[in-house]
Amino acid sequence: MTVAVNTEETGKRIAEAIPGSVVSSDKGSLIVDSKALAQIADFLKNTPGMEFDYLTVLTAADYLDYFEVVYRLVSLKNNQSLILKTRVYGRENLSLPSVTPVWRAAYYQEREIFDLLGIKFEGHPDLRRLLLWEGFNGHPLRRDYL
Amino acid sequence: MEIIRPDVSTPQEADLADGKLINSFNDNFTSAYPDPDKWLDEEIHRNILLTTVDAAVAWARQRSIFPLIFGTACCAFEMIAASGPRFDLPRFGMDIIRFSPRQADVMLITGTITWKMAPAARMIYDQMPEPKWVIAVGACAVSGGTFRESYSVVPGVNCIMPVDVYVPGCPPRPEAMIHGINKLHAKIVKGTIDNPNLSLK
Repeated sequence: MTVAVNTEETGKRIAEAIPGSVVSSDKGSLIVDSKALAQIADFLKNTPGMEFDYLTVLTAADYLDYFEVVYRLVSLKNNQSLILKTRVYGRENLSLPSVTPVWRAAYYQEREIFDLLGIKFEGHPDLRRLLLWEGFNGHPLRRDYL
Repeated sequence: MEIIRPDVSTPQEADLADGKLINSFNDNFTSAYPDPDKWLDEEIHRNILLTTVDAAVAWARQRSIFPLIFGTACCAFEMIAASGPRFDLPRFGMDIIRFSPRQADVMLITGTITWKMAPAARMIYDQMPEPKWVIAVGACAVSGGTFRESYSVVPGVNCIMPVDVYVPGCPPRPEAMIHGINKLHAKIVKGTIDNPNLSLK
């Protein structure tokens, strides 16, 4: 079993390295600014003591005011896990930096999120629909989809 | 023919009676009994079979339907169970499960078909040589099932290809699948040599 790291301390370390990037970090969750996501991903993967080299889950949820994208990271070296969240506000033309260059596992899951929730991932090598076909109208996992 | 039963009480007497009978056979033997079918031509005599061509072809088709499995969901496990030794699909001539549509006769669609999967399913159906049949197994393949209202699920596989037999259930037990295969047999024997799907008319 991996051990969940203290999100409060991790948030402080990220805020020291990249000022202004952490929106909130308490005992339960770590929410970061979506603009600095690529930098944070690089920081989490390559900083000694963290080395989150394995992205197990990348998913997203619709809260009507904003979309929350959740990254579940595991460090195989240090046997630790971390849940990182970020928020995208609005309904149209949503975009988020891609983490595929950092974690290759994000490739299909970012495509799935783009397909079902309509969030564009900037820097993704091949952002196409995954589960639905080209020409499908709408994004079915949005809460206003009928 | 009269049955010869010698009146004997000891093994020695039985041996004596046997000997007498064998001697009488030997004495009375002059020539072999004539063959009652001697008037027939030799080739016909060995190969005669009286039927119609349609019935013979339909019987052969019915007893050797190679299945193409198209298991997309949980119903596939019932199909696997049905082809195992307990339910024994091979007794219907379905023992060779084909993964190539070119060599298959019946397509077993066992599971949900999504719209993304529909072109692949239709292409496999088109690749099967005539005569071909389709069995839709399970609620999803029959009508879309629970996912009928969904944006991504085909509401019944008959939207994309003609279906011969529907086997309802979620999932249907192997007995239900065998019942569906029996129904398909009943349909195949009605067909003729040039129109295998006679009941479609």
